[in-house]
Amino acid sequence: MLDNSLSYVTEDGRTIGGVVMEMKNITLRFGGVVAIKDISFDIREGEIRAIIGPNGAGKSSMLNVISGFYVPQEGEVLFHGKKRPQMRPYEVARQGIARTFQNIALFEGMSVLDNVMTGRLNYMKTGLFSQALWKGKAEKEETENREVVERIIDFLEIQHIRKTPVSRLPYGLKKRVELARALAAEPKLLLLDEPMAGMNVEEKEDMSRFILDVNDEFGTTIALIEHDMGVVMDLSDRVVVMDYGKKIGDGTPDEVRNNQDVIDAYLGVSHD
Amino acid sequence: MAQMQMGAEGMQSLPALLQRNAAQFADAPAYREKEFGIWQCWTWAEAAKEIEALALGLINLGVNEGDFVAIIGRNRPYLYWSMVAAQAVGAVPVPLYQDAVAEEMAYVLGHCGARFVIVGDQEQADKVIEIQDQLHQFEHMIYLDPRGMRKYDHTQLHEFSHIQDQGRAARDELTGELQARQAKLTYDSTCVMLYTSGTTGKPKGVVLSNRNVIQSAKNSAEFDHLTLGENILSYLPMAWVGDFIFSIGQAYWCGFCVNCPESADTMMTDLREIGPTYFFAPPRVFEGQLTNVMIRMEDAGALKRKMFHHFLAHAKKVGGDILDGKPVGLMDRLKYALGNVLVYGPLKDTLGYGRIRVGYTAGEAIGPEIFDFYRSLGINLKQLYGQTEATVFITVQPDGEVRADTVGVPAPEVEIKIGDNGEIYYRSPGTFVEYFNNPDSTASTKDPEGWVATGDAGFFEEGSGHLRIIDRAKDVGKMADGAMFAPKYVENKLKFYPDILEAVLFGNGKDRCVAFINIDLTAVGNWAERNNIAYASYQELAGHPQVLESLREHVTAVNQSVAEDPMLSGCQIHRFVVLHKELDADDGEMTRTRKVRRRIVEEKFDDIITALYDGSEQVSTVTEVTYEDGRKGSISATLTIVDADVKPAAVHKVAAE
Repeated sequence: MLDNSLSYVTEDGRTIGGVVMEMKNITLRFGGVVAIKDISFDIREGEIRAIIGPNGAGKSSMLNVISGFYVPQEGEVLFHGKKRPQMRPYEVARQGIARTFQNIALFEGMSVLDNVMTGRLNYMKTGLFSQALWKGKAEKEETENREVVERIIDFLEIQHIRKTPVSRLPYGLKKRVELARALAAEPKLLLLDEPMAGMNVEEKEDMSRFILDVNDEFGTTIALIEHDMGVVMDLSDRVVVMDYGKKIGDGTPDEVRNNQDVIDAYLGVSHD
Repeated sequence: MAQMQMGAEGMQSLPALLQRNAAQFADAPAYREKEFGIWQCWTWAEAAKEIEALALGLINLGVNEGDFVAIIGRNRPYLYWSMVAAQAVGAVPVPLYQDAVAEEMAYVLGHCGARFVIVGDQEQADKVIEIQDQLHQFEHMIYLDPRGMRKYDHTQLHEFSHIQDQGRAARDELTGELQARQAKLTYDSTCVMLYTSGTTGKPKGVVLSNRNVIQSAKNSAEFDHLTLGENILSYLPMAWVGDFIFSIGQAYWCGFCVNCPESADTMMTDLREIGPTYFFAPPRVFEGQLTNVMIRMEDAGALKRKMFHHFLAHAKKVGGDILDGKPVGLMDRLKYALGNVLVYGPLKDTLGYGRIRVGYTAGEAIGPEIFDFYRSLGINLKQLYGQTEATVFITVQPDGEVRADTVGVPAPEVEIKIGDNGEIYYRSPGTFVEYFNNPDSTASTKDPEGWVATGDAGFFEEGSGHLRIIDRAKDVGKMADGAMFAPKYVENKLKFYPDILEAVLFGNGKDRCVAFINIDLTAVGNWAERNNIAYASYQELAGHPQVLESLREHVTAVNQSVAEDPMLSGCQIHRFVVLHKELDADDGEMTRTRKVRRRIVEEKFDDIITALYDGSEQVSTVTEVTYEDGRKGSISATLTIVDADVKPAAVHKVAAE
């Protein structure tokens, strides 16, 4: 299904495969406001793809188009080469797409473990009744899923807060728990909406490390939105730059960094 | 036949003990580690198999007899196995502190010429890779956790489980070789080499023989009646001699179970889950737990809080005596039993001390109140005094003779003598073999008769025969009138107050003593918050009149207690100053293990010391500071000098003779 003619091996030894998802001439409008205007780009298997741009550029809208939450008025989204129909959120999840949110969306009253377990819902088949009785199949199922979750907890180094209610955690850890929940769904494509917003330098470094490790260990394709230019340039294989709903750059971090339009958008241009 | 003859005398190495345990206690748990949220367990039989596979793998990799194998990582069963496997193949295990920076590791690895390094994870592997150009003898590295390691160049790098697999595959060819090497191990073979943390100069490699380790483990296990059924939590650095004795020496001698926490952050939870029967912790762990309990009780309901304090007061009155087996009235005993059901029992469970039979603290002086708190709950917490060169044990407190201010009687088979200058010397089966490649240091520490200088000054208390440590011998001086000057003794008394973080006493060769004090920002900040005292900076809080007043009260109380000691009553503090900055390792004022470097502090703050002695009421000073990123700056401050009350010491002149 994948077009592997594009695949290559990165400097650090990861294999980037063919196109997983392709955006073709996407235009998204809210009433009269054009949030995204005629944008096309693709995401390849195994890569870290960043979407950057100044405030209000349409990055989050773009991510919502990728996740299937918004349906663009024009253009089409091809997933594994096929045009994607309109989907409900759980259908998106079943396709192997998981995401985190810009404003943390965890169940505050529940423990970290329970929150991460919710990421496994799509893998749980037993019904409400047998789960309530917790007999036979339901018990076995929970044990299997718990094991997957425990591996993720170990991977993200959050063992010490396993039983802590999320509401008691600091911001940086909540972000990590959200990432854990997204990973629990064992996604093929992981969407991260500003994973490092509001973090201090150390937390950012930790998060960068985890993102790279997820990509490296599980081979997960990652699309992320980020404000912090330095972080983006270090993390990603390719970058899409947006400004006022338009795409103004696309390429490797080096290419984008030297693109005059991008420099203008970020630093501003004089009008004389 | 050879197997049959192995009595206690035949147990001359750790691999031999392992074989005995695997045969006699085959199904008893040897190691547990919490991983993926579950305690994974290995019996002695399973552990022996794992260690054998690793040992064969090491031979297969080319480890020769006499090679040094460095081991770096947090406490994990696999790394404990590595130590025993290294010994089994005739190599010498060298555990390193995992928090050491790359340059420190470079020195140690270069000094012992380690050909092989076994690391826990990527973080440690990266440090070794960073310095491997300086290490001429380094050949192979084995890593435990494969996470993040996939992309590394694997010509010199091997995964732990692969080494074991290769060992198992080569079992038929190499078993003969392994057995031959094990058979060569004697009581005098090197068991382990441990680097001392090096408060003075470069770290030194302390070579400990099987005799040192096994004899010390045997004696101390008998002293405390340790059995097969003990459980310990191994969380202290593997490079520290204490951990080696508890988690390997005694564990192999007795056959008890070593439990490794899931991660450093989960230590307290894991402690509660395991409920060790035998426990070791430095004073700061006990202090931290006590503070936590007290803070949480403040938030508890009124009834609970009242009950807690009521029964705690009762425990303080009789708990220690009950533990020591002294006579206590029936009513008091009944009330204590009730308290045990309502308060002490649940509290001990929460702390993870519900099953403790023997607990030890050492390394630093523990505050008497903290010590008594735990003992009054019925926790048999004791103190010991030891050092790496002695394979831990010099003195220990026997059950029933436990006090906060002594370190106990000589451990079994340990001889102690006190030198003319008060320095403590010892001789024991645990006395180290030598400092590796450092005959000069060996000679200056250990005399031909086997007496080792500890560097600590102390004396035997009349009557009880317990040893009391005063200070580091080189810090002990004389005051102008000839009285003994022992700064640490007084500083420790000050530091037992929660709002005092650090104290430095001066007075060597002078007629009276003066002191610097560092406030504890957490404790004092908390106090300021509760009393609505606003402050903008550390400096402002440190100079606040109310803070100075409460510190003056502490100093007066300390003077009172110092005055009661005829030998040291000259060390009372006449004047003191609260420093405007914390003494810091980055500024060279402390070592990395947070011990004050007296000389440097004395030179750096010379102006303040002068002011303390010349009677001025204030002193203005400018101090250079180094920030964490290496930049330098300076802070200036005007410090108020506080006069403290000095208590009369009636017997002073007599004792000074």
